[in-house]
Amino acid sequence: MSARFEVGQSVRIGDRTEPRHHRVPAYVKGREGIVVCLCHPQGLPEELAYRESGEPKQTIYRVRVSQPHLWSSYQGEAHDNLEIEIHESWLDPL
Amino acid sequence: MTHDHTTPHRHPNQPDHPEPSSSYELLGVALNELLIEKGIYSADELRTQIEEIESVNVDSHGAQIVAKAWLDEDFLTALRADAADAIRSLGIDPGYTEIMALENTPEVHNVVVCTLCSCYPRWLLGRPPAWYKSKAYRARVVREPRAVLAEFGNDIATDVQVRVHDSNAELRYVVIPLRPKGTEGWTQAQLARLVTRDSMIGVTQAKAATAS
Repeated sequence: MSARFEVGQSVRIGDRTEPRHHRVPAYVKGREGIVVCLCHPQGLPEELAYRESGEPKQTIYRVRVSQPHLWSSYQGEAHDNLEIEIHESWLDPL
Repeated sequence: MTHDHTTPHRHPNQPDHPEPSSSYELLGVALNELLIEKGIYSADELRTQIEEIESVNVDSHGAQIVAKAWLDEDFLTALRADAADAIRSLGIDPGYTEIMALENTPEVHNVVVCTLCSCYPRWLLGRPPAWYKSKAYRARVVREPRAVLAEFGNDIATDVQVRVHDSNAELRYVVIPLRPKGTEGWTQAQLARLVTRDSMIGVTQAKAATAS
């Protein structure tokens, strides 16, 4: 399967509501980050949680987000960051 | 009133053996009983699984992986390429999820959390500590990681990046702490004794060589 994004690419994490179980925490929704790693494709949790197929499997990206970008009141250092796994359908190119 | 046993009566529950405290907990108990009753799994299979997970020994699993990575450049390369495969090559079962090793460097300190629940590499580190599952740790370590690490006695220098990893989906993470100074020439067994559970979650450093 071909991956839509590559390492180093800037992306935005989807900012949308999803009434069902999903694995994108609210605090990263709508945030911008950089793809640092592509991981093995996996089914979509929104479907798997309800015994649906979850297919087709999607590439999972590890996205690095700057901490001061994540939290406007961040008290740490400007170079601190956070990495999180995001399924492809939750990412948009910047 | 005197306490006699001529009439049956219920003793108060002991604090360490509580009745289910919420309807969800009660639901969980009922579901478990039904699954056993319907033969989906047996009570003994459940017990065996709990025993297996609780028997995972940090010293014989995670700590060996870290010590090997400190000693063996080829193993470290294999760990970077495919951590689960590399771990299997040591005769250790990495579990059924994808594993990633996070190497601390003089420039980057890694720390792991699961903000959504309590995802944790149980096959390598055993059961997660209570604080790892607590809402306070999960909420705070993503928002103020340096303050949380300081509470664990781990002050990170300002020129080191703190990198939080939210184990939110499919991968499980093990931090490879920095190899302590003064351990040149040590064997894998000696090194493994410096590797603690908390250092592999990333809230602390490995033990100092003098502490062994």
